[in-house]
Amino acid sequence: MSIRDIMETMEYGPAPESSAEALAWIATHPVIGHYIGGQFMAPQGTTAEVMSPATDAFLAHVGIGTEAEVDMAMEAARAAFPAWSARPGHERARFLHALARHVQKRERFLAVLETLDNGKTIRESRDIDIPLVARHFTHHAGWAELVESAFPGHAPLGVCGQIIPWNFPLLMLAWKIAPALAAGNTVVLKPADLTPLTAFAFAEICAEIGLPPGVVNIVNGDGTTGALIVGHPQADKIAFTGSTEVGRLLRRQTAGTDKRLSLELGGKSPFIVFEDADLDAAVEGVVDAIWFNQGEVCCAGSRILVQEGVAERFFDKLRARMARLRVGDPLDKTMDIGALVSHRQLARVDTLLARGEAEGAVLHRAPCPLPATGTFSAPGFFTGSAPAHSVNQTEIFGPIATTLTFRTPPEAVALANDTRYGLAASIWSENINRAIDVAAKVKAGVVWINAANIFDAAAPFGGYRESGFGREGGRAGMEEYLAPKAPPGAPRPPLVPMPEVAPLPDGGPAAEIDITAKLYIGGKQVRADGGQSYSVPGGQAALANRKDVRNAVEAAGKAGGWGGITAHNRAQVLYFLAENLSQRGAEFAALTSEAEVEATIRRAFWYAAQADKFDGRVAATKSSHLTLTLNEPLGTIGLIAPDEAPLLGLMSLVLPAIAMGNRVVATASQSRPLIAARLYQVLETSDLPAGVVNLLTGARDTLAKVLAEHDDVAALWYCGSAEGAAMVEVASAGNLKPIWTDRGLMRDWLDPAQGQGEEFLRRATQVKCVWLPYGA
Amino acid sequence: MSENIPFPRMTGTGFTPEWFENVNVNTPAAERRAATLTTRRTVKKDWQVAWLARAITCIDLTTLSGDDTAGRVQRLCAKARRPLRADLMEALGLDRLTVGAVCVYPTMVPHAVKALEGSGIPVASVATGFPAGLTPLPLRLAEIRYAVDQGAAEIDIVITRELALTGNWAALYDEIRQMREACGAAHMKAILATGDLGPLTNVWRASMVAMQAGADFIKTSTGKEEVNATLPVSLTMLRALRDFHKFTGQFVGFKPAGGLKTAKDAMAWQILMKEELGTGWLMPDLFRIGASSLLGDIERQIEHHVTGRYSAANRHALA
Repeated sequence: MSIRDIMETMEYGPAPESSAEALAWIATHPVIGHYIGGQFMAPQGTTAEVMSPATDAFLAHVGIGTEAEVDMAMEAARAAFPAWSARPGHERARFLHALARHVQKRERFLAVLETLDNGKTIRESRDIDIPLVARHFTHHAGWAELVESAFPGHAPLGVCGQIIPWNFPLLMLAWKIAPALAAGNTVVLKPADLTPLTAFAFAEICAEIGLPPGVVNIVNGDGTTGALIVGHPQADKIAFTGSTEVGRLLRRQTAGTDKRLSLELGGKSPFIVFEDADLDAAVEGVVDAIWFNQGEVCCAGSRILVQEGVAERFFDKLRARMARLRVGDPLDKTMDIGALVSHRQLARVDTLLARGEAEGAVLHRAPCPLPATGTFSAPGFFTGSAPAHSVNQTEIFGPIATTLTFRTPPEAVALANDTRYGLAASIWSENINRAIDVAAKVKAGVVWINAANIFDAAAPFGGYRESGFGREGGRAGMEEYLAPKAPPGAPRPPLVPMPEVAPLPDGGPAAEIDITAKLYIGGKQVRADGGQSYSVPGGQAALANRKDVRNAVEAAGKAGGWGGITAHNRAQVLYFLAENLSQRGAEFAALTSEAEVEATIRRAFWYAAQADKFDGRVAATKSSHLTLTLNEPLGTIGLIAPDEAPLLGLMSLVLPAIAMGNRVVATASQSRPLIAARLYQVLETSDLPAGVVNLLTGARDTLAKVLAEHDDVAALWYCGSAEGAAMVEVASAGNLKPIWTDRGLMRDWLDPAQGQGEEFLRRATQVKCVWLPYGA
Repeated sequence: MSENIPFPRMTGTGFTPEWFENVNVNTPAAERRAATLTTRRTVKKDWQVAWLARAITCIDLTTLSGDDTAGRVQRLCAKARRPLRADLMEALGLDRLTVGAVCVYPTMVPHAVKALEGSGIPVASVATGFPAGLTPLPLRLAEIRYAVDQGAAEIDIVITRELALTGNWAALYDEIRQMREACGAAHMKAILATGDLGPLTNVWRASMVAMQAGADFIKTSTGKEEVNATLPVSLTMLRALRDFHKFTGQFVGFKPAGGLKTAKDAMAWQILMKEELGTGWLMPDLFRIGASSLLGDIERQIEHHVTGRYSAANRHALA
């Protein structure tokens, strides 16, 4: 084309980034093996092909890690752990700083390699992925420096098995490895089999900076290799980012083990556009939300909710903007959208789109030409879809959003929360009252106000609900790789079998006025649904069944206002509760001990004090971005009280949970449940709103199982047996509620160092990170 | 303006506050978009040089100094006729290339008209008490008529910032309407002096009012404010322009002025135009760049493309 012609057409022309350096590296790495104990190892087992999705070109073979290789890596990590964790934080900080610097020195190479392997555009790998990788290591070099003073009384967990996805290969590696190393752990990381290249280049950087052998081990492979890592006895912690489906498998696989688990899973995140939004800005927000990384983003704003009055204008603007997106060779610097990661992924996206159309939604797609080879998918969005359509429920993981309209802010919130997931949300409004109100009400771990997909190492990232649990980034992220040092507890003695209540024989002695121990549900004393009791020392206790659990969870669900009142008010209720308990102290002491009653009263004071002090932070992220981390209640928490210390054990769980604004369904000590019947009388006189605390008595593990399985229970704390702990962990996989168990080991409830503390408050909250960019 | 205008001239509309009074521009979002525009798009090799040649045709080659003289204006006009050295023109395969217009003060218009005779290059004149615009309205209108009378084909008016800053949009509309009438057949560019207007929301609203009042172009700056054309401000004006086009079907041009000094700047604004409005808005009938030193840098970049050597300013004729 002549200059004169181009002056008329004003096309962009090709602007390719050179892949020479990356291809030369690939040529010297025809087989991607493993990095174990500081050695690069050829794979012992089978291999798979690594393809470049944009061109369908073969890049390299990758080893599928075998049991022996996983063993070797785990042993290497175990061997390296004592020395690595014993190093002063400053020394670990130097290594993390070196990792950051070496990533920066190779930013071009790593960006091109990522683009070749994954299909994402060079603009994103160059401007987003790689800079965030370096930022993450730098931020965590800081945590390594500070960990001893910032987390007193804490220790690293040991060996961390980490499994990462293919959508942000090197970035997810950084999110996993940086905090683990900073805290003093060693790791065995498995990259996705589709995208192993940058992780291997990173292993070379580890070798280059002289990271001690075994601190970072990289074992390549597919899901089978991942399962070997998760199941390995040496793994103290499993961190996983990927699909909710696999997250459930991991939850079941790790049940009953000592392994700590954090899951960062899928999403169907709402993108809410109010009529007072800057519509052009919101349209650009959609580009950053669902047309970022080909839509292969777990936190993508994939459900666009638009206020009805501006919906048509918004869709018009969106169509016009979409028409300007450029789809093609991801190494071309002018492309907005590259290739999906694989043909399988493309086929999956196409299947979901076809289903959406079959259900009656209208699909709008960019009229852009697509390259003849590779796995390209034109960006688009659905209109005319409804919440009942599968495309509004299933994560598409491609560059296609759905749209819904709403009439009022409450309806927007209702639609936003009408999902199993809870990873992220994006809210567009120029009215700060409205935006923050909705940010507070939306169930999501990350909320962007008038922005989308902004990340920073200092901002915790992670989900609510079935988007997983655990956070990455910031202080909350570090907590996932540390545990409070605690003395090992003795195993809890087995429960005595529960005797049935025998029918009274005829002609028995005349009864005195009996105490009727009932259940306490929704602020009312109620009989057990089954009309049964069981005998315990001192009388009979109501025998709750699954319907009583259902009723209690329902009552708790209706008491949502508790989380919305001020922390001051919650504190007042706890103080009042302590007063009333004190008044009837002798009565409770007769059933337990004076020491237990006194400790319970003190504990109520302590959590009342914490109610308005265990609060959020402002994270130092980007300039002109207010980044708030809020400690929000989880919702309804199931509490399985220990059999020992019937008053103090129960209240040690109830108090932190309600102090943070949760509602609880608690089961009392199975063998000494009558304390519950006294306790609800105290609760009733303490201004506690109905449904905030619900008390059940009965067979511990029967009730625990129903609570663990209940999809409307947001978390479960279990103090029972080791087998019971495994049971509730398996049962929790349905809605992936976080489970906290003592694995059947008793703690000394009278000791404040063991029976109360920040750990309880952390477990009673989930971090919501709200981003508010500002500018007049 | 160019010979074959493919669209009818802007007429404006009645004063329609509902098109702008509820609009609020989100500043950080505008800044984010502006910051990533040039990371999302780039132009290389032949395409780059063609884009730069196109940028030359959009330049309003400008001198607006207290020491302007007939001689100074003649020199500028000579450069306007031949903005690129003949050997470079030949290397690019171009036969004719001129700038978009020459822009001067009203009293310099006759000199420019004379110097550009037969070239087809229009003379633009600033008017209305440029740059502050605080002389009495009758005098400002008279100044427009004077410049038109002297042969200016385009008039760059300045708006009364006070009316925008105090939200007196109806009064602003009325003033600009009268200025448009005074322009007659001459095309009117409304300078918003965005550096004086404060928040981007004011920029958006002032843009819409100027278009409703019949401005053929909306222009960022006089070049005399502390902050002149920036990408976020330009983005905001273009989005208002796009909405106006959507509402009315009328075509309005855009002119960033002041602050565009390098070839890279020119391409950033071209990318902005193409991405936000489309290729049609890259041509001189809808896009002008008010600049005095920009051309020199473009010439050097084009010479580098042709010779492979980095160029020097003294190898290109002064404006």
